[in-house]
Amino acid sequence: MTETIIEPQVENVPNVFTQAQIGWTPWLQPLTADELTERHYEALVDRARAQSPYFALLVRDPDILEARTKTDKDIFYNVADGLPRAERELAATAASRANGCIFCASVHSRFASHHSDHKAEVQKLLDDGVSADLGERWNAIVAATVALTATPPSFGSDHVERLRTAGLSNEEISDVIHGGAFFNWANRLMLSLGEPTPAQ
Amino acid sequence: MTTTIPDIIDHLAGIASGSAGAVLRARRPVTREGAQASWVALFAPADAGDFPLSDRFALAAFVSILHGQAAISAFYADHLNEQANGTALRVAVEQAAAAGLTNGPYGHYPAGPLLRENRDGLIFQVADAERAVLGEKLSTLLEHAHLLVLHPRDAKPEALSKLLAAGWNTTSIVTASQLVAFLAFQIRVIAGLKVLNAA
Repeated sequence: MTETIIEPQVENVPNVFTQAQIGWTPWLQPLTADELTERHYEALVDRARAQSPYFALLVRDPDILEARTKTDKDIFYNVADGLPRAERELAATAASRANGCIFCASVHSRFASHHSDHKAEVQKLLDDGVSADLGERWNAIVAATVALTATPPSFGSDHVERLRTAGLSNEEISDVIHGGAFFNWANRLMLSLGEPTPAQ
Repeated sequence: MTTTIPDIIDHLAGIASGSAGAVLRARRPVTREGAQASWVALFAPADAGDFPLSDRFALAAFVSILHGQAAISAFYADHLNEQANGTALRVAVEQAAAAGLTNGPYGHYPAGPLLRENRDGLIFQVADAERAVLGEKLSTLLEHAHLLVLHPRDAKPEALSKLLAAGWNTTSIVTASQLVAFLAFQIRVIAGLKVLNAA
């Protein structure tokens, strides 16, 4: 019975980019609490993630989930130096907006707003798309992320120059690259293994 | 057998030890180690389970060709060559990928105001000649990978049904999805750092 898809009948499917707390439901069977071993909990990194159907599905392959989770947390939460948290979340939101991941964009736009206090600008990115005018520093981060998100990637030295002119150091530009690149990973999982559900 | 696998991102981005690029990466050791551990989990797993290495490298060669990064696709195609029947698989994967080249992301949104942002694009199918070499199971996986790489917002549960019908189980679909999505990350880190380090 594991080897069948789940076809959730979602009503009022989220059909706009939003900062509201929408949900996500899987198309493949996550592991149940009874199936989880210590190795699975280790791979989840945070035990509480077992409650999330997304992580309980990904934990079917614990080795890649564990490595991915540690990478994710370091790229976004290691604020010893480098790009401010808000702008890492901005890159995550820009990649999600470009790829069309309504769920990912909802989570990370909320984080971008929370850490920047620029909720209106973040909403502009969601409403108007990646060419919205958010002020030059944010515009440069969004443009670089969108170019990197294209397939094939079109990120070039002109994007680096624009980021430098906007005041970003090489370390901060590396953080933009990693934040944007990481969401090209996250978006593809979220978009292809399940779908968003409306806010409760 | 224990062999030391060199850091793949450094290798493919041309980052020499001691260079400014290496210093930049050294400042985020957890990220660097996590990216490498991800590669090892996908391409040198303790147990490949129901998803053999030849299929993993075929998938990686296909995905990296779609990203238009010649050095990266050569790396994965060389790994594919080393697998059983690798040379024939490599030729077929390269031909299949050549027919799948296009620009993404494109795709469609649920009914509502975002419909104006819908963008049509190639719905890829492996041609009969390559299908004969790759087999139905691997061909179906490459078709799914094309969706993930280029128009992921078109994904539907039926796409996963096709994989199950072709013989992939749920856990292997999770691993394959991680593999394609990881490459979307790895390739962009490499492409981005190459540009940054040269600028």
